[in-house]
Amino acid sequence: MTELTNLGVKAIRDGVAAGEFTAREVAEAFNAAVAAAAELNAFIVTTPDHALAAADAVDAKRAKGEQLGKMAGVPIGMKDLFATKGVQTTAASHILEGFLPQYESTVSQNLWDAGCGMLGKLNLDQFAMGSSNETSYFGNVSSPWKKEGTNAAMSPGGSSGGSSSAVAARIAPAATGTDTGGSIRQPAAFTGITGIKPTYGRCSRWGVVAFASSLDQAGPMARNVEDCAIMLGAMAGFDPKDATSLQMDVPDWETALSADLKGKRIGIPREYRMDGTDAEILESWEQGKAWLRDAGAEIVDVSLPHTKYALPAYYIIAPAEASSNLARYDGVRYGLRDLPEGANLQDMYAATRAAGFGDEVKRRVLIGTYVLSAGFYDAYYTQAQKIRALVAQDFERAWGACDLILAPTTPTASFPLGSLNEDPLTMYLNDVFAVPASLAGLPAMSVPAGLNKDGLPLGLQLIGKPFDEQGVLDAGLAIEQRSGFEAMPERWW
Amino acid sequence: MSVTREEVAKIASLARIRMEAGELERMVPELNNILDWVEQLSEVDTSGVEPMTAVIPNTLRLRDDVVDADPKTAGGRRDDVLANAPAAEHGFFGVPKVIE
Repeated sequence: MTELTNLGVKAIRDGVAAGEFTAREVAEAFNAAVAAAAELNAFIVTTPDHALAAADAVDAKRAKGEQLGKMAGVPIGMKDLFATKGVQTTAASHILEGFLPQYESTVSQNLWDAGCGMLGKLNLDQFAMGSSNETSYFGNVSSPWKKEGTNAAMSPGGSSGGSSSAVAARIAPAATGTDTGGSIRQPAAFTGITGIKPTYGRCSRWGVVAFASSLDQAGPMARNVEDCAIMLGAMAGFDPKDATSLQMDVPDWETALSADLKGKRIGIPREYRMDGTDAEILESWEQGKAWLRDAGAEIVDVSLPHTKYALPAYYIIAPAEASSNLARYDGVRYGLRDLPEGANLQDMYAATRAAGFGDEVKRRVLIGTYVLSAGFYDAYYTQAQKIRALVAQDFERAWGACDLILAPTTPTASFPLGSLNEDPLTMYLNDVFAVPASLAGLPAMSVPAGLNKDGLPLGLQLIGKPFDEQGVLDAGLAIEQRSGFEAMPERWW
Repeated sequence: MSVTREEVAKIASLARIRMEAGELERMVPELNNILDWVEQLSEVDTSGVEPMTAVIPNTLRLRDDVVDADPKTAGGRRDDVLANAPAAEHGFFGVPKVIE
């Protein structure tokens, strides 16, 4: 019999529907794989019973001949940023340890309605702030990949590092991620998997622990483009509970998938050729151009002149929004309370937040508080929002000359855990290619391109026009068919 | 622009995060590195540029002006709201005494 844990979303869904195996068998296989992979630290809590109950419901429906959902029988990992009713939701922070949501996030509910079950809540950088999965209160996540000839634990990327690690290690066929400034795409690139951040507003943010509300977007992380198309279709949709939710139909991305790019123009932004970018990343970019040309696309040069300013603008806007969003953690309504002997209300707030937030979260809350404070607001925050407008205009102009943009996902491959800790800035630079699309709210995807000479995965990024997830997925598929990427990490856990 | 230790202490107090002396010492150069780096934004001429307020053009929806018009956004969930409170009492959030 097929090793069930080697199957992806589509293969599981179709196999369950065809009766080749039961949803319960699939859930049991993945539950066992999750239990055997504790060394990766990809999960904060596991929920094998949730996966089994959902699987049994699918098997019962099938036995009765009822119509099955879009992802019926597929057990998934849920990033621990999504509120799940009755299941601890922490955002990988101490301040939310023990928090049991009384409601279900819209995206997770959509997935349960589509027939998914939950393997567990996936580890992440604390409050999704980080690019290496080293800021979690619940410990670092390890990538299943190792640099050839070394045994050091490698970063799975961040913030969706539990998600990327679990999917790459074949302990989950797919997982949810969220992307504020690259948190789906960078970890996908680091672990040789596929992940797409849709247009801002496609997926409801209701019930997703907020980091930077004008940037946060949920999306799927899976082993291939088609699986991402299926899962994004299950996650997306209008939600009256999110004021920024897009009130438009969700296209059938899966059915419309086509790797024929005839008539498509692919823009190559010259400003993305930056100092400090790894030579092998640049080679893979060249290779990506050749693959897309082979699929029928025309390659054109484009300019995104404000690219260099996108990352510093992001590091004003995201912390500003975070400082405001995280004001809710006050020791009053939910989560941790630290009430020192004889303390007043203000002391309680300050003690609770000191004990509950990690260093990176504190750093960003302080930066955000500073740039929003009287006297500095215009110089920092307003200027950053103007630059954000310029970054978005750059893309709008580029769409006059091209339909999609191809770029590297990251400037380097994965790095050993602990190797970039001394300076927060060098860590931030990981997202230099990912952040511009976030600032402009555009759909963007990372697909595996190949392995570097150290045996580590590299990703290519596709950025599309607003609402053109289809174009992004199609070009991703064209790359996937030509890269023939099938490398798997050797099991050590 | 750069911040002094006193300014960081002020910001931490505004953000309601208690910080011990050692933590403040550590935070000062870290914040200054980040602030030095974002300083490059001032070299961009943004005169005549409107700051972005919405990334994807979207209109705010209005609901009917009646209580609980949409069950999806309705209220009436006091016990759920209080369920995770560290100190809920008599149907309210409990906090340390704020008036003498």
